[in-house]
Amino acid sequence: MYQFNYAKPATVAEAATLYANAEDPVFLSGGQTLIPTLRQRLAAPTDVIDLSGIGELSGIAVGDGKVTVGAFTRHCAVAESAEVQAAIPALADLAGRIGDAQVRNCGTIGGSVANSDPAADYPAAVVALGATVRTDKRSISGDDFFRDLFETALEPGEIITSIEFPIPDRAAYRKFPNPASRYAVVGVMVADFGGNVRVGVTGAGPCAFRARTIEDMLNANLSTSALDGVEVPDAGFNNDLHASAEYRAHLVKVMARRAVSDLLGA
Amino acid sequence: MSEGTGIGASVKRREDVRFLTGSGTYTDDLNQPGQTYGVFLRSPHARARIGAIDASEALALDGVLAVYTGQDSAADGLGDLPCGWLVKSKDGSDMVSAPRPPLAVTQVNYVGEPYGLVVGETLAAAQQGAELVMTDFTELNPVVDPASAADSETIHEGLDSNVVYDWGLGDEEATDAALAGAAHVTQLDLSNNRLIPNAIEPRAAIGVYEAASGDYTLYATTQNPHLERLVLAAFVQVAPEHKLRVVAPDVGGGFGSKIFIYPEETIVLWAAGKLGRPIKWTAHRYESFLADAHGRDHITHAQLGLDRDGRFVALKVSTTANIGAYLSTFGSSVPTFLYGTLLAGQYKTPNIYVETLGVYTNTCPVDAYRGAGRPEATFVVERMVETAARELGRDPAELRRLNMIQPEDFPYETPVALVYDTGDYEASLDKALELADYGGFEARRRESAAAGKRRGVGFACYIEACGIAPSQLAISLGAGVGLYESGEIRINPTGSVSVFTGAHSHGQGHETTFAQVVSDKLGIPFDDIEIVHGDSGRMEFGLGTYGSRSLAVGGSALIVAADKIIAKGKKIAAHMMETTDDNVDFEDGTFSSGNQQATIQEVAFASYVPADYPEDLEPGLSEKAFYDPKNFTYPAGTHIAEVEVDEETGEVDLVSFVAVDDFGEIINPMIVDGQVHGGLAQGAGQALMEHGRYDDYGQLQTGSYMDYCMPRADDLPDFVVDTTVTACTHNPLGVKGCGEAGAIGSPAAIINAISDALDGHNIAMPATSEQVWRALGGK
Amino acid sequence: MNMTITVNGASHQLDVPDNELLVDLLRERLRLTGTHVGCDTSQCGACTVHLDGRAVKSCSLFAAQADGGSVTTIEGIGTPGDLHPMQRAFRECHGLQCGFCTPGMIMRAIDLVARSDGLDGGAVRDGLEGNLCRCTGYHNIVHAVLKGQELMGGNDE
Repeated sequence: MYQFNYAKPATVAEAATLYANAEDPVFLSGGQTLIPTLRQRLAAPTDVIDLSGIGELSGIAVGDGKVTVGAFTRHCAVAESAEVQAAIPALADLAGRIGDAQVRNCGTIGGSVANSDPAADYPAAVVALGATVRTDKRSISGDDFFRDLFETALEPGEIITSIEFPIPDRAAYRKFPNPASRYAVVGVMVADFGGNVRVGVTGAGPCAFRARTIEDMLNANLSTSALDGVEVPDAGFNNDLHASAEYRAHLVKVMARRAVSDLLGA
Repeated sequence: MSEGTGIGASVKRREDVRFLTGSGTYTDDLNQPGQTYGVFLRSPHARARIGAIDASEALALDGVLAVYTGQDSAADGLGDLPCGWLVKSKDGSDMVSAPRPPLAVTQVNYVGEPYGLVVGETLAAAQQGAELVMTDFTELNPVVDPASAADSETIHEGLDSNVVYDWGLGDEEATDAALAGAAHVTQLDLSNNRLIPNAIEPRAAIGVYEAASGDYTLYATTQNPHLERLVLAAFVQVAPEHKLRVVAPDVGGGFGSKIFIYPEETIVLWAAGKLGRPIKWTAHRYESFLADAHGRDHITHAQLGLDRDGRFVALKVSTTANIGAYLSTFGSSVPTFLYGTLLAGQYKTPNIYVETLGVYTNTCPVDAYRGAGRPEATFVVERMVETAARELGRDPAELRRLNMIQPEDFPYETPVALVYDTGDYEASLDKALELADYGGFEARRRESAAAGKRRGVGFACYIEACGIAPSQLAISLGAGVGLYESGEIRINPTGSVSVFTGAHSHGQGHETTFAQVVSDKLGIPFDDIEIVHGDSGRMEFGLGTYGSRSLAVGGSALIVAADKIIAKGKKIAAHMMETTDDNVDFEDGTFSSGNQQATIQEVAFASYVPADYPEDLEPGLSEKAFYDPKNFTYPAGTHIAEVEVDEETGEVDLVSFVAVDDFGEIINPMIVDGQVHGGLAQGAGQALMEHGRYDDYGQLQTGSYMDYCMPRADDLPDFVVDTTVTACTHNPLGVKGCGEAGAIGSPAAIINAISDALDGHNIAMPATSEQVWRALGGK
Repeated sequence: MNMTITVNGASHQLDVPDNELLVDLLRERLRLTGTHVGCDTSQCGACTVHLDGRAVKSCSLFAAQADGGSVTTIEGIGTPGDLHPMQRAFRECHGLQCGFCTPGMIMRAIDLVARSDGLDGGAVRDGLEGNLCRCTGYHNIVHAVLKGQELMGGNDE
């Protein structure tokens, strides 16, 4: 691993200042992607700014029709939270399927979302639930947040402080895991907000996106058979040794149908 | 199951306590005074000429001590890494060996091939130094696909082609004639996917040189410390054999991958001598992926002829074997003598012909990995038989039964050079059918169908040949070393026992089972017996552990040594009892003659304090033996897999697996079951998920656990394992070996089950969900 | 940086490089070599320890992140003469062969059992998805964890 300076600020403002004054800094949240990357010498930041000491970034609050998850909240906390389980069980379920138990004990929602790994789970929920990403500078709509492969709407140095998830009437998440890494080859969350259905897809494309065609079909007829004739074009989908674009497109359809089935059964 | 600690008892392992408490000592847990750290320079290219290497920046870095390149090791007279088995082509010519210097000198031939070593005071310094070394590479066209390698540009300068050998075994003419006359011929194109071994402990080595004495010590993750010493002394000439000690401390799994004499261990030892300080190297996992010898990688076309009754009349097999960029230590023998000779399987097929074209490619060398040739052979035979049964509308179990070698046929000489000594194949088949509730399968298939799943069942009736032997035959077939094993039993003056074996345990539990054997044989309490292994400085010689040989060969050596102990003990006891040794009996640790008795401990004490002692007898009670087996052992069994296939996604769920194996006599059933479980998981990995893949440029695409899919707990079912017993006829323990069987039978059984679920589709390994989805008609 | 860390009940004041991993602090600095490293990508789980009561991969944490924290390693849960119930269960069920994955497997298993009610075999298999073993085929590990659950139940842990 290359050498760097480690700092552990106590406030968001302090973290932002450290970032602004460093040559090539990086924020450390749960570290479950960053640290393996550094171990493999694939990155050489000058400064690693650990966000774990900022108390205000952690915690879960439910109220006003939404679940607010502090950016530093670990996956295990979301998965195990009785409040989340009651308000948006699909979100707790999703958090409980990320990586493995040890990874969930460290990884955080802010880190996951900020990284925009095309195969990460949380982005599906951010998109499907129409979440709002709050940062130290502004609020960003979930629909606008993910831009491309490992690219988000965040400016350099901008820190996610929390993510607000509107509580749907019902929702379900289905994941087809990569058997090697346990990331999502395809993950689909379907959420029903009083008859308005939103569908978020991760794994299939360069970043998470809403599947509008599927949404339209489900808005017309919220049933598993509604998707029987759906065509999911694979243009622009990821095509790698784990799955062809074509197979991913097929899986989007199957996972969406299964999510709808779960949602209707719930 | 017998109680206690003798043969047949599931004694809890004595090695466990140190592993359970974190007190095991693996190579990376060791440090030496003055130790430095080595980082290898590895080729980023699949094939490139090495130009100038500029290490000046690296050497200028604080903490970098030295940079050694292939030029340095060549100039120092270091020899090439040899291949230990000379295979001859059909025309009688020797295989074509491309020289493999431990550090590439003029050309690199696979991604990850080491061509230099950077040594630092710290690992960080060495790593940073390695990044500062500037190497001019001239890229050359790589040859990656074994199917076309023979006709592609020759990768090694000075060789005529990429063909290593064109080997054949059996009577081709008779086989062709029998196929021509067959009532039915089944044909299949098969591939056996490249696997990457992945013992969870990465390879590691510490080289130590003491200038004052000229002594070298290598601490390394090896399955055969003496073989390592022999090759490093005799061939590579790092150090003379008597000045080199090789120690294998606790070793965290091997599966074949830690047999071989690799560049890294060699260079670490040599460089320690140059530098005059100990050098430690521990592989990162990505190095294990790039540079631990890979396994399998065959492309095969096979034809099986049957007569009107369904009897096999001929099997013809043509295989292209990917050797990789160089011949690894046993790389030549695996796709020939360890593969072609097993193609008779459990059947009385009268005509068999096999040919193997070994080819060089710009990929990591391929060598023995759990099963080594035998899983490949079983896959061919059992895919062919299952497919023939389907094509003929015969029950796959019954077609096998019809063709099986029967107990009265032993010894049975196959058309491919082996003589099976014993077996009862139907006994294993019947037991497996019962345990798998084969009769209830159709009902289960209907239940699955009702839930939208396709269910399939598949068989593999495998045979393997373990404990390669005898030495004379193996050497006449090209082996470069003998295949005996040594053992020494030292009864200490107080009656406790130190047992030294040349076999090596890296998970197999020898410290327990070998103690059971000696305890049983000598009637000495289990707890008084210590098993010592893994150190060329402590035991005389040994050939190590691989090919399921340790108990059959190493255990037998201990029996021979124990017999010598008993014989000498009788002489001492006879003197004590004032009689002759032919009047002395030995049983349960006691010598007796008439009503006189002496325990073996009393006799041992008398031998070390020879106050009143036979005149012509040496004091002491310590005996050694070399045991050279008379034949291979032939474990065999039936494996039955059941799978459910998700029609929508193509996901395969391995829902049940039954393995009934005949390993001969069993010393410790608990350990045997564990060995089978582990092999089954590796076989399931091969069938369902593991695949070492290179892209067209020779870059390894599956170079980490993110991309190379290892079986995890939730991928596998509980296994049902059982045994039948026919004792091996030619070793004193009647044992056959159990280490590889699981990995040998299971890929064929699982693929046969998936094929069954897919109406006979010839699905390739690994049967990933996308592959299966496509077979189901997904576009 | 200067840091304080409690390891297996003993407090240590240490000055470590900013980029030191927790696993290197344990293995190299404190010579607690029972915690192993089997990969570079946070997949194999051989380095699993408990940090403030939860199983984590010590290869994917900086030592600095454990400043002020409490770590338990395989060396801290039992001794050869007084094995932890989970260690006993692994021995009883032959849940280990080469032993390399074993410390991580046991640390994860203890955490898994401690956070669950009445695991069955399937739940144990799911719960071990972050730990690779190449020797046992997991069969006996699963049985060992179930046995460990039983033994831990009678042991107030």
